[in-house]
Amino acid sequence: MNVALPVFVALPLITAFVLALFNARQKGVATWIANGATLLGLLLVLVSMNQQGSYQVGRWPIPLGISLVKDGLSTLLLLTISVIAAAAMLYSCRYMEQYTAKTKYLSLFLLMVAGMNGVVLSGDIFNMFVFLEVASIASYALVAFGCEHQELEAAFKYMVLGSVGACFVLLGIGLLYGNTGTLNLAQLSTVIRTTGTNYGLSFALALFVAGFALKGALVPFHAWLPDAHQSAPAPVSAMLSGVLIKSLGVYALARIAFNVYGISLLVGWTLMTLGILSMVVGVFLAVGQWDFKRLLAYHSISQMGYVVMGLGLGALILAQGGSATVASLAIMGGLFHLINHAVFKSLLFLTSGSVEMTTGTRQLKELGGLIQTMPGTRATCTVASAAIAGIPPFSGFWSKLLLVVAAVQAQMIWLAAVTVLVSLVTLISFLKVQRYVFLGDLPERLSQRRENRGTMMWAMAFLAVLCMCMGLIILVPGLREGILEPAVLVLTDGLDSAVVVLNP
Amino acid sequence: MLYTFCFLLFMIGLYCAVVKKNMVKIVIGVAIMEYAVNLFLIMLGYRMGGIAPIIEPGDMAAGFVNRAVDPLPQALALTAIVISLATLALMIAVCIRVYGKYGTFDITEIRRLHG
Repeated sequence: MNVALPVFVALPLITAFVLALFNARQKGVATWIANGATLLGLLLVLVSMNQQGSYQVGRWPIPLGISLVKDGLSTLLLLTISVIAAAAMLYSCRYMEQYTAKTKYLSLFLLMVAGMNGVVLSGDIFNMFVFLEVASIASYALVAFGCEHQELEAAFKYMVLGSVGACFVLLGIGLLYGNTGTLNLAQLSTVIRTTGTNYGLSFALALFVAGFALKGALVPFHAWLPDAHQSAPAPVSAMLSGVLIKSLGVYALARIAFNVYGISLLVGWTLMTLGILSMVVGVFLAVGQWDFKRLLAYHSISQMGYVVMGLGLGALILAQGGSATVASLAIMGGLFHLINHAVFKSLLFLTSGSVEMTTGTRQLKELGGLIQTMPGTRATCTVASAAIAGIPPFSGFWSKLLLVVAAVQAQMIWLAAVTVLVSLVTLISFLKVQRYVFLGDLPERLSQRRENRGTMMWAMAFLAVLCMCMGLIILVPGLREGILEPAVLVLTDGLDSAVVVLNP
Repeated sequence: MLYTFCFLLFMIGLYCAVVKKNMVKIVIGVAIMEYAVNLFLIMLGYRMGGIAPIIEPGDMAAGFVNRAVDPLPQALALTAIVISLATLALMIAVCIRVYGKYGTFDITEIRRLHG
């Protein structure tokens, strides 16, 4: 079935503006409409899984107008965004009753989804910037949604760093346009391939790396992430950590680095360095945390490091002229970890929200023994912890295994060792979570509280089932060829993928 | 030469956003950065003594392309201005709410989140 590509942006965008008209008394209807929109979005992504191609907005041909491009990589990100958005929206039905102005929340949430869908579908670099800012501005407002001390402080920090990142990206776009005379991603890559790079283009690449790394919170640029993820409402943290930093940061960076500038040694080493730094620094900062959500936030940095490290390793091997099989193994590991991380980290943030809603605290030392009062939350949290720590049948194990195998085959034993070490530290820190939150003695004041059932539990159960089954994506050849391999192919093809867009 | 000044303006904005302790001054720094980028975009398309990029009848000679100003960066700058307006409005709104909660604009005293 053929689905017109603008639907993915238009559906959440229109719903967002319609929902803004609803007042507080009609919030039941508004919640239904918002859930309908995210579920319909998921359905549309699923029926158009095999559809690839580009769409010219207003029927202007490619160099003149704006184009939307859906290739393997976009499809993968689109699927991830839709799944997490549907789960987080379902969870919000009950969870967001604690806050006032729920319809405003639903509206901002859908605006953020529209922005992210736009970023991954855009085939035009300026358009990508516009959607990036749509998603960012919605997320700034969502982080500040509680309007308490912590929320406002975190939102201000996030907003300033996000705007600085956006300025870098826009300056880079200006330099790119000045040097090549085009803004279309596919045309940019053909121009850069024929003329080669000069100082202006290299400076633009540096600006893009800094700007997108700020949006994606890779390690030297990570200062905003723990504050923002800790302070936002739980479903928003799940969206921020699950898909926002991926589509705005890592996806955009990979798109520019692989498909516009082409794979080079410099890009490979830069991504590798950012990735390894994020992995190691993130996990060691996480172990010492005593705030549930802050601990999870630092793990997001660390796990995004895995993704970027995988992509960087692939680029490095390709640039050195090494085996293409190993390179695609590394990139596949990175991308598979990206979708795995989206699922298990969103689930962890949702369980932390459930714990906070029931007990009123996020401090690990004040919790304990919740296994008696919150069995459902405990079960889903354990599944997600096992997945993030890489315990065999769960999803995280397979992606980490791919990365380790790729590192060994590329004769980088030290890299494989670092990967395994970080994974062990992750396991320790999640054992700590299990020990302090769910095991131990139940404090007297918490013994009467019961966990929430209904939609919140369904959303968590849905993600937990995904965590258990996602290993199948890599084990069943049909699923692997349908979901992961087209995305890997887009990145390994590098500059050649532009030809597909220009000559459909 | 002009590009150097433009870059200098960008750097002043970045310095202001990174170093200053007052929240309002940080917002001003971010605004200066955004203006510098907009200025850069406009300068990309500008041409000394150029004409407006509007084709009139009988104007299709090759001279038009050589004399007209590039309109695309102006469209980009317009969009960028709208985006920066939205960001600035939201930032100032958050500043006001922070002042209401903490009673100060000094970011060294607004430190409930750390570690």
